[in-house]
Amino acid sequence: MSIDYSEKIPNNVDLASNKTLQRALEKWQPEFQNWWAETGPEGTRGTDVYLRTAVSVEPKGWAHFDYVKMQDYRWGIFLAPAEPGRKVNFGAHKGESAWQDVPGEYRANLRRLIVTQGDTEPASVEQQRRLGLTCPSLYDLRNLFQVNVEEGRHLWAMVYLLHAHFGRDGREEAEALLQRRSGDADNPRILGAFNEPTPDWLSFFMFTFFTDRDGKYQLCSLAESGFDPLARTCRFMLTEEAHHMFVGESGIGRIVQRTCEAMVAGKTDDVAQLRAQGVIDLPTIQRYLNFHFSVTMDLFGSDVSSNAATFYTSGLKGRFDETKIDDDHLLSGATYPVLEIHDNRLATAQAPALNALNEKLRDDFIRDAAAGIERWNKIIEKHGIPFRLKAPHKAFHRRIGPLAAAQIAPDGTVVSPAEWAANADRWLPSTDDQAFVASLMGRVVEPGKFANWIAPPSRGVDNKPADFEYVRFA
Amino acid sequence: MSATTVEVIRQHLIDPEICIRCNTCEETCPVDAVTHDARNYVVDVGKCTGCNECISPCPTGAIDNWRQVAKKDAYTLEAQFSWDSLPAQREIDADSEAELPTDVARITALATAGQGGTAAAPWSAAHPYVNLYTIEKPAIATVTGNHRLTGDGASSDIRHIVLDFGGTSFPVLEGQTIGIVPPGHDASGRPHHVRLYSVASPREGERPRYNNLALTVKRVTEDHDGKPVTGVASNYLCDLPKGAEVIVVGPYGTTFLMPNHPGSTLLMVCTGTGSAPMRAMTERRRRRIAQKESGDLMLFFGARSPDELPYFGPLTKLPQEFIDVNFAFSRVADTPKQYVQDRIRARAADVARLVADANSYIFVCGLKDMEEGVDRAFRDACGAHGIDWDARLPELRAQGRYHVETY
Repeated sequence: MSIDYSEKIPNNVDLASNKTLQRALEKWQPEFQNWWAETGPEGTRGTDVYLRTAVSVEPKGWAHFDYVKMQDYRWGIFLAPAEPGRKVNFGAHKGESAWQDVPGEYRANLRRLIVTQGDTEPASVEQQRRLGLTCPSLYDLRNLFQVNVEEGRHLWAMVYLLHAHFGRDGREEAEALLQRRSGDADNPRILGAFNEPTPDWLSFFMFTFFTDRDGKYQLCSLAESGFDPLARTCRFMLTEEAHHMFVGESGIGRIVQRTCEAMVAGKTDDVAQLRAQGVIDLPTIQRYLNFHFSVTMDLFGSDVSSNAATFYTSGLKGRFDETKIDDDHLLSGATYPVLEIHDNRLATAQAPALNALNEKLRDDFIRDAAAGIERWNKIIEKHGIPFRLKAPHKAFHRRIGPLAAAQIAPDGTVVSPAEWAANADRWLPSTDDQAFVASLMGRVVEPGKFANWIAPPSRGVDNKPADFEYVRFA
Repeated sequence: MSATTVEVIRQHLIDPEICIRCNTCEETCPVDAVTHDARNYVVDVGKCTGCNECISPCPTGAIDNWRQVAKKDAYTLEAQFSWDSLPAQREIDADSEAELPTDVARITALATAGQGGTAAAPWSAAHPYVNLYTIEKPAIATVTGNHRLTGDGASSDIRHIVLDFGGTSFPVLEGQTIGIVPPGHDASGRPHHVRLYSVASPREGERPRYNNLALTVKRVTEDHDGKPVTGVASNYLCDLPKGAEVIVVGPYGTTFLMPNHPGSTLLMVCTGTGSAPMRAMTERRRRRIAQKESGDLMLFFGARSPDELPYFGPLTKLPQEFIDVNFAFSRVADTPKQYVQDRIRARAADVARLVADANSYIFVCGLKDMEEGVDRAFRDACGAHGIDWDARLPELRAQGRYHVETY
């Protein structure tokens, strides 16, 4: 097939004159289309969606709004503008010019980093495939689709790096990205959280708030990479990732708002009474928060990791805001606190900072997430309700790293398996909670109407009104 | 006449309630005007050039907020860091009403004669800014839209014209007018007079949060007596292409303003382009439907035929529970002539109820000819329900509840 490269695939990587890349994409693009048709959002063929498409990397170019059919979305390849004279800013190569080509000795590690990041992008599209069937409004449906196409574009971004810089191995990895499936027993996605189902919109908003925020921190670290094409790709992806977190933060905020309104109107905090009114009680929201927070904690990897140290020392993956940190950027001799279990209690131990980079990134994430949770609490406060949402302890419900061996309550207390079993339904969404939330999921697609369990947004997309027809069905 | 005594600027602010602190704006800003602390992202008024590079990258829309402020009272970074939510638009003392251009004073006196002299503004009206831009120091606006509102078969050409003020602060309220100065000179070599047009869009812009406003302009091809004449300003405006620059003065008007308190009711009577302020007020209320604060809206709207009614289509689509629309057509084949006064009489009971209701406000706008007929219709409608209109009128005026603007 032939592709008009500048029109079909908006890009700033001079695709029109790069024959090698064209050949790789000519094979991969139809496979991507097949993958999208098979695992992308269900029942959207022919649907016009008011989407934002990036058409260039200039501020005005990457937010072009128009009605687009999902399958005709122009997935582009964009790298943030090059920073002249950029250096490797950390690790053993600190001070050398940033690499424009893959250094031979780091080829395998770099490919692994890119594949791991790239694998999360199609995974979340697969996880969210059926959500459109239960959307609470056209506004939300449009936001879901926007998130989906941007995850698709992020896959393109990673595949571009594989095709452009990794030859045959890269092409094979790019194909494998389309073959793994979220939750598949035989060929699952690489990371655990990306094999969990996203069965309802409360989960979707929690996912975009917490799990996509892990994406932000991973991308920020990769945007510091000494491998310049990776750094520039991730820098641009961050601008889109921000939108996903907005969908999550405002989505949960609107659910909290609606619940608070019902609590004030009915002068009650009785869970059964609130559920009877069709709104999601705050304790249930807290349990969903606990689950998604803990699953996301695991995404940062093992607390002490020699891989993380290797990636850093070789200049492949930096810290969050690396260039803004005032230290030697080598971490020689530095230490960082990590958690251990001693005598059935959590205790702090000092680990070499180089090996504790996952833990540091996890802590950076927690600060950011906590600020967002506080903004939800502001909504509750405004209604004069004495309840606060809270991030659980970072050791709670872990499945990766040394803490996975213990049972740890949301407040950080180590508990026995019996105590865990007795309390799990208070700490994590119970079958009952999930059935209740599922029971609320009906489809609302009349312009300007919103499901009963969620408040309308305070403003529309692209300054459009709330009753704008964000999605037009075929 | 002097320039305005207060320099008003349009200050760029970020809404801390919507912002997710993603850093995109700070990353994007070409002049490093955006900064943050642990709590908020904020804009340095001393650095921001209003280039708008940050607007479309913002994933939330939090970045797209503006407040009209006196330059000396602009919000500091410290103030912005302390916010949990954006402050409301505050009032500015633009103390220059005494110096209205003579053209403007003359037209205004004529236009409001029908209400029997100066009326008060509704008590809950927002504070209007007036005379911020003068003939010596006008504002320049750019035409961003110009389309015909009347049907293809209609004898009149009424157009919806959108003016964008770019980085210039030009705050208006529904019911206010702006002055247009056509370029060039008249036959005797003098500059053209200022022409006044009612703003047809709500205060936050024709497109919310854009610094623009809309006018409803009828191409004048004959005078009041039906003799052919080419209106200088209206033809100039109706022919403007997108991108053209227009010299604007004003805004003007301190009394023909809508009430803002919850439950306040609007009774609107208009013909032709007199619909402009009614469209602005209705649109203001429509955009705030979710707040459920509006009282009843009742509209009497007259024209020769449906084809000649500006905004006819959109009006017919508004739900009856939001606005009670009463059309009167005077030139529809095989149908008796109907004028707005006929419709007012036909709805006498509801009209009298509104006149008696202290929360209702009456606005009349259109051609000079309608004044007398409308006045009589109100008298009849009220009389039929035991209200003495002539005795009630001075009271309504004093309370800012009766406003007439005709031309």
